[in-house]
Amino acid sequence: MTVEAARTPGTLQRVLIYAVLLLAALFFLMPLAAMVFTSLKTMPEITGAAGFESNTILTPPQAPSTEAWGTAWQSACIAVACEGLRGYFWNSIVMVVFAVFFSVMFGAINGYVLAKWRFRGDNIIFGMLLFGCFIPFQIVLIPMARLLGFLDMAGTLHGLIFVHLCYGIPFTTLFFRNFYVTIPDELISAGRIDGAGFWSIFFLILMPISLPIFVVAIIWQFTNVWNDFLFGASFAGADARPLMVALNNLVNTSTGTKAYNVDMAGAMIAALPTILVYVVGGRYFVRGLTSGAVKG
Amino acid sequence: MAALSIEGVGKVFGEAEVLRDINIEIEAGEFLVLVGPSGCGKSTLLNMVAGLLSISSGRISFDGQRIDNLEPKDRNIAMVFQSYALYPAMSVEKNIAFPLRMAGLPKDAQMQKVGEVCALLQIEHLRKRKPAALSGGQRQRVAMGRALVRDPKLFLFDEPLSNLDAKLRVDMRTEIKRLHQRLGTTIIYVTHDQVEAMTMANRIAVMEGGIVQQFGTPAEIYDRPANTFVATFMGSPAMNLLDAVVDESGTALALGDLRVPIPPIAAAPPPGTPVKLGLRPEWFDVGGAGEGRVALPGHIDLIEPTGPDIYASVEMVGQRLVTRLPAGTDVTQNTACTLSVSIENAPLFDAQTGLALYAD
Ligand SMILES: Nc1ncnc2c1ncn2[C@@H]1O[C@H](COP(=O)(O)OP(=O)(O)OP(=O)(O)O)[C@@H](O)[C@H]1O
Ligand SMILES: [Mg+2]
Repeated sequence: MTVEAARTPGTLQRVLIYAVLLLAALFFLMPLAAMVFTSLKTMPEITGAAGFESNTILTPPQAPSTEAWGTAWQSACIAVACEGLRGYFWNSIVMVVFAVFFSVMFGAINGYVLAKWRFRGDNIIFGMLLFGCFIPFQIVLIPMARLLGFLDMAGTLHGLIFVHLCYGIPFTTLFFRNFYVTIPDELISAGRIDGAGFWSIFFLILMPISLPIFVVAIIWQFTNVWNDFLFGASFAGADARPLMVALNNLVNTSTGTKAYNVDMAGAMIAALPTILVYVVGGRYFVRGLTSGAVKG
Repeated sequence: MAALSIEGVGKVFGEAEVLRDINIEIEAGEFLVLVGPSGCGKSTLLNMVAGLLSISSGRISFDGQRIDNLEPKDRNIAMVFQSYALYPAMSVEKNIAFPLRMAGLPKDAQMQKVGEVCALLQIEHLRKRKPAALSGGQRQRVAMGRALVRDPKLFLFDEPLSNLDAKLRVDMRTEIKRLHQRLGTTIIYVTHDQVEAMTMANRIAVMEGGIVQQFGTPAEIYDRPANTFVATFMGSPAMNLLDAVVDESGTALALGDLRVPIPPIAAAPPPGTPVKLGLRPEWFDVGGAGEGRVALPGHIDLIEPTGPDIYASVEMVGQRLVTRLPAGTDVTQNTACTLSVSIENAPLFDAQTGLALYAD
């Protein structure tokens, strides 16, 4: 850092800085505002029918109504059923809970082994896992479909969870391995001398200092699994469809006029859980990404 | 019977031979220091005794029982690490109780022993703190507490003081020595600091290049170094080694024009043999020769006062050497002077092999 930057800015500079930051924030919040406003408006208000001619997408709703949210949640027509998004929301919750939990746990254990218990060929295995991070989704679609059929999981929710596990574990392993290599080996040695075994060392010594990297892995996996469309669309049958696929079906329904307010409410519902996860874990997310600073 | 015996132990990492044919035996209650420069294999040897590394050859036994195939926890040892390796998420008392918890001791028995150890180390007021909230010296104590709490038969220390500041290091050194006298447990202590080695040990193994250069008591190591490496490694400032040749008479050394009798403790090699004469800096004094002393004319080119002593760098017989004179000695930089040196105990080394040549 230069000496210049360390000087406290004068009032004018301060005002300028705040003005620029505020403008940037407004700019980036604009789409979100448009979505929220639209979801709270009535259809005439959105389409600019009589009485609303001067309305734009950024005009606040004149008579806010949560009706569109209710419709999106429980009565919008998706494919043949008109039961809203709630069933699919539940599918996504089940999918995300299992997929995140197992991929993070397996990743943590894999990372622990790869970082702290050297064995013959460990680098080759790590290399292969790393390779798994770079395979594009599209390439695995057909082989995965065959595999799911072979395992008798085609079209089911647990089949979809299985796919997410396969795809997530290389990433979580990478995260945890890179975190655990920064933990001094002497900690493991001390544990071994004190009589702790493989699992005691992991659960009693390492887990309690792994919070930052757990948060990173959870947020990463949560957003990827929750927001996934391709795997959901390819592998989930009618009963197992996740929210993202349902949202797409809702928005792309070609019959009748487009209910923009319902579409926007649906999109907001779909986005809320990820926003929530960021709000709760975001502090640790940044810390976890920049850490390596957990010393013994 | 020896408490710990290391017989013909070697270690190979892939292609690299890191330790070769290590032989060390110590009695119960002894304080063994492994000392040597960085990378000589001290930690490797200690980790093999601990069971953290496998041995490539030889055997290690404790109280007559072979231990080199046992798990660390079954060896009845405790270890203090250089970085202390305290468990970051546990409080001080949980750290200290951890070995007992792993051994399945009931909770109240754990806490009672933790209490005893904390009292012994005077860390009772820190019991609830996490390691991050401790100073280096306090962490050091907690690490020792964790080792003490299990009443091990053998303590292993890997450079436990090297992260402390100079004053604290000296205090802790004394404290560890006192603790050893009080508990009487056998200790193996690794350091690269020769002062620590000399002050703490009953036995010293000086290591270099993966082999034990000399194994003996501190006095043996200091007074009768086995080779030039040990001679110069132990002692500060280091022993001076003067190039010399055995003269025609076979009873004196030729240092340039100067003739110095072969020291009484040294065996006389045949005339013409190139040798090195070892002279400790503290054997020098200003003034002429006396009984068992040799006068050496020289030129003082640098003076470093340290408080109790003056280190004077002197050029004599075409070679530079360092002398250590008591404070207040009348020496001036860049002047000629005559120093005398006692050669009574001066060792002689073969210039080729570096091995000491002793009369007996
Ligand atoms: N896992 C390993 N693989 C290969 N070589 C190793 C390994 N561990 C140690 N070595 C080598 O063995 C030698 C001895 O290492 P060691 O850690 O025992 O040295 P040390 O005497 O403890 O040094 P220091 O005073 O720096 O701690 C070094 O040359 C080191 O590079
Ligand atoms: Mg070492």
